[in-house]
Amino acid sequence: MKTVCLYFEIHQNIHLKRYRFFDIGTDHYYYDDYENERSIQETAERSYVPALQALLEMAGRYGSYFKCAISLSGSAIELLERYAPQVLDLLSQLNETGCVEFLAEPYSHGFSSMTNRETFREEVKRLCKKIKTLFGKEPKVFRNSCLIYSDEIGQEVADMGFKGMLAEGAKHVLGWKSPHFVYHCNRNPKLKLLLRDPSLSEDISYRFNDSSWSEYPLFADTYAKWIADLPEDEQVVNIFMELCALGIFQPLSSNILEFMKSLPEQLKERGVVFSTPSEICSKMKSAGELNVAYPTSWVDEERDLSPWLGNDMQREALDKLYSLADRVRIGNDKRLKQDFDYLQASNNFRFMSTKANSYGGYRGIYDSPYDAFTNFMNILGDFNSRINNLYPEFDNDELNSLLTTIKNQDEELERKDKEIEKLQHLLGQLEEMEGGFQKAEAKPVPEAAPAAPAKKAASKAKAEAKPAAKKTTPKAKAEAKPAAKKAAPKAKAEAKPAAKKAAAKAKK
Amino acid sequence: MFGWEFPPHILGGLGTASYGITKGLAAIPGMDITFCIPKPWGDEDKSFMNIIGMSQVPVVWKDVSREYVEQRIGDKMSPELYYALRDHIYADFNYRQTDDLGCIEFSGKYPDNLQEEINNYSIVAGVIARQQEYDIIHAHDWLTYPAGIHAKQVSGKPLVIHVHATDFDRSRGRVNPTVYGIEKDGMDHADCIMCVSELTRQTVINHYHQDPAKCVAMHNAVYPLDPEIKEFVDIPIENAAERDKVVTFLGRITMQKGPEYFVEAAAKVLSRTKGIRFCMAGSGDMMNQMIDLVAKKGIADKFHFPGFMKGHQVFEAFRESYVYVMPSVSEPFGISPLEAMQCGVPSIISKQSGCAEILTNCVKTDYWDIDAMADAIYALCTYHSYHHYLKEEGRKEVDQITWEKVGERINECYLRCLGWN
Repeated sequence: MKTVCLYFEIHQNIHLKRYRFFDIGTDHYYYDDYENERSIQETAERSYVPALQALLEMAGRYGSYFKCAISLSGSAIELLERYAPQVLDLLSQLNETGCVEFLAEPYSHGFSSMTNRETFREEVKRLCKKIKTLFGKEPKVFRNSCLIYSDEIGQEVADMGFKGMLAEGAKHVLGWKSPHFVYHCNRNPKLKLLLRDPSLSEDISYRFNDSSWSEYPLFADTYAKWIADLPEDEQVVNIFMELCALGIFQPLSSNILEFMKSLPEQLKERGVVFSTPSEICSKMKSAGELNVAYPTSWVDEERDLSPWLGNDMQREALDKLYSLADRVRIGNDKRLKQDFDYLQASNNFRFMSTKANSYGGYRGIYDSPYDAFTNFMNILGDFNSRINNLYPEFDNDELNSLLTTIKNQDEELERKDKEIEKLQHLLGQLEEMEGGFQKAEAKPVPEAAPAAPAKKAASKAKAEAKPAAKKTTPKAKAEAKPAAKKAAPKAKAEAKPAAKKAAAKAKK
Repeated sequence: MFGWEFPPHILGGLGTASYGITKGLAAIPGMDITFCIPKPWGDEDKSFMNIIGMSQVPVVWKDVSREYVEQRIGDKMSPELYYALRDHIYADFNYRQTDDLGCIEFSGKYPDNLQEEINNYSIVAGVIARQQEYDIIHAHDWLTYPAGIHAKQVSGKPLVIHVHATDFDRSRGRVNPTVYGIEKDGMDHADCIMCVSELTRQTVINHYHQDPAKCVAMHNAVYPLDPEIKEFVDIPIENAAERDKVVTFLGRITMQKGPEYFVEAAAKVLSRTKGIRFCMAGSGDMMNQMIDLVAKKGIADKFHFPGFMKGHQVFEAFRESYVYVMPSVSEPFGISPLEAMQCGVPSIISKQSGCAEILTNCVKTDYWDIDAMADAIYALCTYHSYHHYLKEEGRKEVDQITWEKVGERINECYLRCLGWN
């Protein structure tokens, strides 16, 4: 039985305002509130609201037969909360029908997956938490910003405990293979990959209203027939698109929503079902591993990173931005973190693209890629100086080595904790056994013998934990005087309770 | 072809453009070009066309011997041509001041009695028009329009005029009625009007009330750099990293070029950054005013006026420059940013210049938007990748803009005018 997996992306970036270099150091607010409000309201009005209403209607009409998946970026959630809460209401209504699965993605819709592991993990966790509070469900399947996927990213995502990930069915990666199968990551077979069918997806999202297209006008029965007529063993058809495709890329006047609404009926007639990504991940078996050495995305004909990292300017902007990632992360300054999120959005880099035939020449407030670059770099200049004010500038290498030290010590403490727990457990067992003994024989003599080794072990743990804590503090202090001031207390704070815990446990 | 300037003795962009157009056209097989200029110096490049100097064309019949002609103007015109032209004198010009060969003297520049010189040019053109054989007449800029009209009336051949600039550009809207009259007259008589940009074309259509169908935008191009100059420009500057970066303005310091916006932008940049210097090369009627303004802004220590540059000096200036700025208020085309880009200097140009229509790898701002201009200058001086990208891509782009392509397009227009295709 064939199954269709529908997925919609909801992402809107926070627009940056015109920021001249003489604002650097004086103005720390980077956003164009008017444009943010205008664009999200326009998108909501023209696309999100009617499209979600249509999905709700479909869910009502077809009950549990119809299913789809949606993911939201952090900035989109924030914008919707602020300017278009009716969209979130519709999403929760849709959530209550049970037909929708929410996916995880990086909070910022940026490129941390390729540049900074820690930041990436942190962002994804943050978004999952947000989704959980909004919709009460923990996402199980991951999709990266712009559907970027590579082996390394796959491995990382698998390590984070996701069971599936969405990716592009790019021809240069698949070769003769079909995207209509489930694949798995070549570095971790536990991670299933759902590959987008570019042609069927873009028939709706790009070509639907194109009167020069040979299939124009497209009707739901034709489309359903295409899916039903696929070879017998090709079981999964992944149709992924941005939610704005319904209403903005394809105007409502093209009857795109009517098309969507009648699609389930046509598919049902032909014996095709709908599934959510996690259903597919748990039901389907992988047809094989997928090798993706260079990242793929769902944009442009090349399906690679060229729309965001195609020229020197984009690469410099990205490098400069992510060179700050570590300091932002350990800084724990809310304002800085927020700005960092907004700056990471892939759109900021897309505006700098000099590709000639990139889809959608939309540049926001900028009239050229150069303009976009200058503006972004000016903002980054100010952002950088703010971070430098927090932490006087020092080498990233130095920072990295410090971070590694702290991380190693954290790991060591964790290991010690586990050891203590194990010993505790053993102790408990021994005591139990002892209790049994006493009941059975009530002899005081053997009591001393098993207790002694336990005590020994406990004191040993205590001894081990303490030096570890001591080691942490002076080392960090000595290595980086100003910078480590923040880091050191953290390590100290973490080390001390652990040591205390160990001591307390040992006393027990 | 009628022109006023021709390299190497040029006063502005007109000469360069005339040369390029002629050379581009000469590359087309079956094309013979005769170029008329007021006063040849004898060192012009005649390899691909004939040059007739107006100051060697007789308008009054003088009985002179072959040897005398040979000795007087042999380096500029052959005695045969002199005699042939002498046979076509069409009226009595004895009341005009002529020299011993019956020729009228031309300065070849833009003297105070320009009006008279234009008139003389037209008189002489009548002689040439009667003697030469040709299919089409091409007149460059308003100074030669009367000559073009004259030639058209004599021969009945189609007239193409090339609008390198209009008086609206030169005067920021306050036109000189005489000049306007000449320009309008030329356009009214022309069979085809070639404008150096869409911007100029619109001016011609809207302010000179011309039929849009006969106006064509014919963008200029640049000549590839001489290998020698290219090599010179490519020599990296010593300890470039430590030296101040130079931002250059190069052109006549006149109202049309918007020099005050450059100074304002410079002041903005200098108020926030170090390691950048500004250089305003050229001369013009606003120079003193600019020096005043610079002093008033208190940036005179970082702002330099090296004066008029010509020939090789221009390339020396480009080589030293890190960024080139052309904030023209109204620039029909503006070849200099193309030259800067050839030398690998990223350019900031105003949206009000014609070359902005064909360039993509450069920064475009409104001439009045000094904030944007200052921002662009700062960015180019600060972000290496940005500078590098525009440097390389700009160079590649400009290398694709050649006079040969322009020549082909002009040829197409000719054929259309003549009804040959």
